[in-house]
Amino acid sequence: MSELIIFISLMLTGYIFGQMAERGHYRSILRREEAFRERVLLMPVRTPPPLQRGCTTRLVTGSAVISVDYFKRFVAGLRNLFGGRITTYESLLDRARREAILRMQKRAHAAGATMVVNLKLETASISKGIGDSIGSVEVLAYGTAIIPHREP
Amino acid sequence: MLITNLEIVPGHRITRHLGLVQGSTVRAKHVGRDIMAGFKNIFGGELKAYTELLQESREEALTRMKQQAEAIGANAVLNVRFSTSSLTQGAAELFAYGTAVVLEETR
Repeated sequence: MSELIIFISLMLTGYIFGQMAERGHYRSILRREEAFRERVLLMPVRTPPPLQRGCTTRLVTGSAVISVDYFKRFVAGLRNLFGGRITTYESLLDRARREAILRMQKRAHAAGATMVVNLKLETASISKGIGDSIGSVEVLAYGTAIIPHREP
Repeated sequence: MLITNLEIVPGHRITRHLGLVQGSTVRAKHVGRDIMAGFKNIFGGELKAYTELLQESREEALTRMKQQAEAIGANAVLNVRFSTSSLTQGAAELFAYGTAVVLEETR
């Protein structure tokens, strides 16, 4: 009986706090994406466009580790029985990826860059939970910031 | 030392190619952080301590790669890639690799 109570309370806390964290995070992601969209252009192309004459380059990175909550893990466990899309994990990875890109953009902007080329993303699950379930994921975004020289 | 993940650097010419250089580091999380992460696994949300730890380790891997490149006389590392793998429970390897070259400025 007591086990059931613990389980239900963990599910509830996971659901409530997880949802709160996720909604807050999405709001902040959308706001910052809007702010950076025009200032730092992102390009996943391998070479910079040939329009810059004088510019310096710098490697910029941004990363985020986001943890899954108890409720999400349980839902994903159920999904594993039936198959299909695990939307709870999809949103987790989406958040981590967008957060990592935003952090990279912020650093590039601080360095005076106007664009980031050759954007690469890398995902790693860094801590495994019970039975190889995902505990938390790290997403790293990196690219080359193109910093134009100031006109003298 | 110029570190970039481009293959061609604007305004520069590659004069010598020196081959692959790499740097890696294996880091473990300390127990306090692990316990905090355990809590976070219930509530969800970002694990700031891990983000910082991995960021530091990645810098370390980059520094080692840079040292290796310097030792063979390169002045730039191009086409840098990162890779992460979790070796065992609680330890992760961070790996950076790239091509060491000698660059020359063109005008």
